[in-house]
Amino acid sequence: MIDLSINFGGIKAPNPFWLASAPPTNSGYQIMKAFDAGWGGAVWKTLGVPVVNVSSRYGSVNYRNTRMMGFNNIELITDRPLADNLREIEEVKKYFPNHAVIASLMVESRAEWEQIIKDVQNAGADGIELNFGCPHGMCERGMGSAVGQEPEVLKTIVGWVKEAANIPVITKLSPNISHITDPGLAAVQGGTDSISLINTIKSIVGIDLDSYAPYPIVDGKGTNGGYCGPAVKPIAMHMLKDLAQHPEIGKVPLSGIGGIETWRDVVEFILLGATSVQVCTAVMHYGFGIVREMDAGLRQFMEEKNYKTIYDFAGKALPNVTEWKHLNLKHKVVAEINADKCIGCELCYISCDDGAHQAIALSSDPTIRIPSIIEENCVGCNLCSLVCPVEDCITMVKRDDGSERITWSERTDNDDIPVTFNDDRAGGKGHYVPTPEDALKHRKRN
Amino acid sequence: MAEYKRPNSEAEFKKNFKQKKPLMNDTEAYYEASRCLFCYDAPCIQACPTSIDIPLFIKQIHTDNITGASKTIFDANWLGNACGVVCPTGVLCEGACVYNHQDVPPIQIGRLQNYATNKTIDAEKVIFKVGEPNGKKIAIIGAGPAGIACACEARTLGYEVNIYEAKAKPSGLTVYGIAPYKITNEEVLKEVDYLQKQLGFNIKYNNAINSKKELAGLEKSYDAIFVGVGLGASRYLGLDGEDKKGVVGAVEFIEELRMKHHQIKVPAKVVVLGGGNTAMDAASEAARMGARKTVLAYRNSKDKMGAYPFEYDLAISAGVDSLFNVTPIAITGNGKVEGVKFPKTEMVDGTLKTNMNNTFIVRCDMVIKATGQAKQGHLFEMIDDLDIDSKIRIKINEDFQTSNPKYFAGGDAVNGGAEVVNAAYDGKMAARGIHNWLNK
Ligand SMILES: Cc1cc2nc3c(=O)[nH]c(=O)nc-3n(C[C@H](O)[C@H](O)[C@H](O)COP(=O)(O)OP(=O)(O)OC[C@H]3O[C@@H](n4cnc5c(N)ncnc54)[C@H](O)[C@@H]3O)c2cc1C
Ligand SMILES: Cc1cc2nc3c(=O)[nH]c(=O)nc-3n(C[C@H](O)[C@H](O)[C@H](O)COP(=O)(O)O)c2cc1C
Ligand code: SF4
Ligand code: SF4
Ligand code: SF4
Repeated sequence: MIDLSINFGGIKAPNPFWLASAPPTNSGYQIMKAFDAGWGGAVWKTLGVPVVNVSSRYGSVNYRNTRMMGFNNIELITDRPLADNLREIEEVKKYFPNHAVIASLMVESRAEWEQIIKDVQNAGADGIELNFGCPHGMCERGMGSAVGQEPEVLKTIVGWVKEAANIPVITKLSPNISHITDPGLAAVQGGTDSISLINTIKSIVGIDLDSYAPYPIVDGKGTNGGYCGPAVKPIAMHMLKDLAQHPEIGKVPLSGIGGIETWRDVVEFILLGATSVQVCTAVMHYGFGIVREMDAGLRQFMEEKNYKTIYDFAGKALPNVTEWKHLNLKHKVVAEINADKCIGCELCYISCDDGAHQAIALSSDPTIRIPSIIEENCVGCNLCSLVCPVEDCITMVKRDDGSERITWSERTDNDDIPVTFNDDRAGGKGHYVPTPEDALKHRKRN
Repeated sequence: MAEYKRPNSEAEFKKNFKQKKPLMNDTEAYYEASRCLFCYDAPCIQACPTSIDIPLFIKQIHTDNITGASKTIFDANWLGNACGVVCPTGVLCEGACVYNHQDVPPIQIGRLQNYATNKTIDAEKVIFKVGEPNGKKIAIIGAGPAGIACACEARTLGYEVNIYEAKAKPSGLTVYGIAPYKITNEEVLKEVDYLQKQLGFNIKYNNAINSKKELAGLEKSYDAIFVGVGLGASRYLGLDGEDKKGVVGAVEFIEELRMKHHQIKVPAKVVVLGGGNTAMDAASEAARMGARKTVLAYRNSKDKMGAYPFEYDLAISAGVDSLFNVTPIAITGNGKVEGVKFPKTEMVDGTLKTNMNNTFIVRCDMVIKATGQAKQGHLFEMIDDLDIDSKIRIKINEDFQTSNPKYFAGGDAVNGGAEVVNAAYDGKMAARGIHNWLNK
C-alpha cells in the first residue's frame, strides 16, 4: 500500500500536495474546497499589517500555444481583515482536523510578530510560514524580500519567531539573491524547523506597445512584479538542489515551490530533496482539480518503482548532480539521424550550421531532404536532437568504450591543463570551418 | 449522403453552398500558426507556384503582425486572398508540408493565408506603393487573375495600365467559374477592389477586344500588351441531339449559377459528362441546387479521371452518383432532353474502345457538358505573327513574351487551363518581362 502521508518538520499532512500562500488560499471557503478536491495542506495567503491592493494585478507570458507559461503579479499580502481570516482558519480545522493549515505571516516589529503568532496559534494553525519573499511593495516597507536578501536580519527574525511560537516554523525564501545558501543557512541558524522555496522572481513580463507601460498596467503605469509559473521551475529546482546538498541546510525538511503543474514536476522536486510541494499558478490556471493528475501520476510512479512512501525516493537525484569539474571529459557522443523517421524539415542542418558546429550536411541532390552528420565536426552538443521535431529521430550515440575517464579536477591535480592559447591540450583543434565564400553562398535548388 | 433541398432564397443558397474553408478566428489562427516548424528551405515554398515565403508569413501571423504577413503574401501573389481558399492546397503547399511524413495533419497554410489577407483587406490597410511614373503604358486584355496580377505588378513598376474586359465584373473564372462553396463573389470582388484602390489601374468593363481594328488601336496607344484572356466557352461535342433544350456547357451553367444563385432552377435529374475538376464542380453544384439525382458519367475508369481525388470525394459527399467506362453517343428527347444514350467502353490494348452492342439510356432532364473549354483561337489569329502550339496555346519565352514582341501572355491562354495561382504568377512575371523588354 502506498502511503503518501508526510510529517514535514512536525507538520503532518495526508499527502505532500500543498497550496502555496497566494490567491487560492485567500479564504476558508477556497481551502475547504481544495482539501475536498484532494490537497493535503494549504499555506494561508500571507497575513500581516493592513494593506490595500491595486487593480489590475497579474501579467502573463504566453509562449507558442501556451497561455500563462510565465505569470507575474504585483499583489501584496491579504487585504481581508485579520479577524475574518482567523475565524476561517478555526473553521477549516474543524472540518479538516488532519489536513495541514499553515499561516503565512509578514509583519515588521518583534511585538507584532509575537502578537500575530499568538493569534494564529489560537485559531488552530498547524504551522507558521515566514514570508521573506514578496519582491514588490512589501520590501519597500522593509519586509518580504528586503528581509530575504539580508541573512542577518532574517536570522534575527527567525529567532524571535521561534522563541514566541509553539508550533513548527517554515521559512520561505526569496530567489532574488545570488547565493540561496546564504539566507538558507541563516534560517537554519535562526532555528527554523524547515524551509520552503521559491517565492517569486523580480520581473517585467512585457511592455504594452501602445501605452509603453509594463504589464500589469495600473492607470498607465506599472512596476516590477513577481514571476512564477512553469517558466520558473528550472530556477526553483536549482535552488532547491543547492539547499538540499548543503551539509547543514540539507538536514531540515524542504518544501519545493515554483512552476509545479504535473506529477512529473512533483517527482522531480522530490528527487531533488523536497518532501512537500506547494503550488500556486497551476491552480490559478486550472483550479483545484489539477491535483487529481498529480496524485494519480505520483502513485503510478511509486507503484512502478516499488516505493511505499515519498521518503523512499526523496533526494535520490542529488548524488548525480555534481560540479562541472567532476564530469568525465572522455565521454563522447555524436548525433545520428534515423533516415526512416526523418521528415526533412532540415532544422537540424540550419541550427547546427548557424547555431552550433557546422556538422550537418545537406544532400547535393535537392530532392533528398534528409541531412547527414559530418562526424569529425560533431561535438555532441545535443542541439540537433533538441530541435528535431520527430521523437527519437536524432539520437546521441556513444563513441567511447568507457575504458578511459578523466575529469577537469583530476587533470588539475595531475597538472595537465592547458595554460596558453596555443596549448595542444586545449579543445577545438582541427575543427573544420567552412570558408567565407561558403557563408555568403545561398544554396539554389534546381 | 447529403440531400440538398432546392434553395429558394439567398439564405437557403448560402446554407447549401456553405464555405468549405471558413475563415479562421484569431485563436484558431494563433494555434495553427504555432505549429509551423519554420523549416529550412521549406518544401511548402517550393510547392507554391508563386513561392510565397510561407514559414515567414505564418510566423508573422503568430506574432500578431498580420499586416506584415499580408505583405509577404501579396509580394509573391497578387491574388493571395483568393488563392488561400481556391488553391488545391492538398496537392500544392500543404501537400508538401513535412508534417505529412509524420502522419500529422499538415499546417493549414491556405486558411492561414486567407485569414491574414482577409483581415488586412477588411481593415483597408494600405500596404502597396505605386512605382514612380515612367511615362509608359500597358494594355491588358482580360481582367482574369492573370490580367489583374499583371496590372498590379506593372503599377508597382510605374506603368500606366488599362485593362479591357469583356464582362461586367473583374476576376475572370474566379468570379464566374469557381464553385461558390470555395469562395463567394463578395470576397473575390473585395480583393480586386482593395488592389485597385491602392494601385490605381483602370478596368474598362463590357469592352471585349475582338477585331483587328481594336488590336491595332491598342498597338498604337500602348508600349506593350498583355493577353490574359483565358479559355473560351465549353467545347461542342458533336453529339446527336446536342442542341436540344436542357443541354448546357459546364462553364455557362456555373457562370449562371454564380451570378443568379437561387434564382436558377435545376431540374430533378442531371447528367454531367466528364471526369475533370470542372465536372466534379458542376455535379456538386447541381446536387446542392436540389437535383434529386445527379450522375457523373466518365468514359474511362475512376483512376484515369483527371479530377483531384478530393474533388471527386466532395461531389460524392454532396450526393452525386458516378458511372465509369461509358461514353455518350446521343441526347434523346423530343426538343427537350429526356436522356443520354451511352455505350460501355473498355480498354483494348491500351486504347479505349466503345462497345456498341452494350448501350443503355440514362433518363434525365438536363445534361451538363464538362469535357473541356474551347480555346480563344479566333482572337489569337488576329494578332500578327503570334505563334500558337498544336493545342492552340500561346507560345511564350522565359520573359512571358510571345513571338510578336509587343505582346506578352500568361494564364490559361498559355497553359491550356490550370489554377488561379498559376495565372497570378504568370501575370506578375509577364509584367516584369515587359519591364525588362522596355528597359533593354
Ligand atoms: C469550373 C471551373 C472551376 C475552377 N475551379 C478552380 C479552383 O477551385 N481553384 C483554382 O485555383 N482554379 C480553378 N479553376 C481554374 C481557374 O479559374 C483558372 O485557371 C484561372 O481563372 C485562369 O485565369 P486567367 O486570367 O488566365 O483566365 P480567366 O480567369 O479565364 O480570365 C480571362 C478573362 O478575360 C476575359 N476575356 C476573354 N476574352 C476577352 C476578350 N477578347 N476581350 C476582353 N476580355 C476577354 C474574360 O471575360 C475573363 O474575365 C477553375 C476553372 C473552371 C472552369
Ligand atoms: C498572485 C500571487 C500572489 C502571491 N502572494 C503570495 C503571498 O501572499 N505570500 C507568499 O508567500 N507568496 C505569494 N505568492 C508566491 C507563491 O506562493 C509561490 O511561491 C510562487 O507563485 C511560485 O509558485 P508557482 O510557480 O506554483 O506559482 C504569490 C504568487 C502569486 C502568483
Ligand atoms: S550534436 Fe551539436 S555539433 Fe553534433 S551535429 Fe548535433 S548540433 Fe551539430
Ligand atoms: S531535424 Fe529531424 S526531421 Fe528535421 S531534417 Fe533533421 S533529422 Fe530530419
Ligand atoms: S513545410 Fe509545413 S512546417 Fe515546414 S515551414 Fe512549411 S508549413 Fe511550416
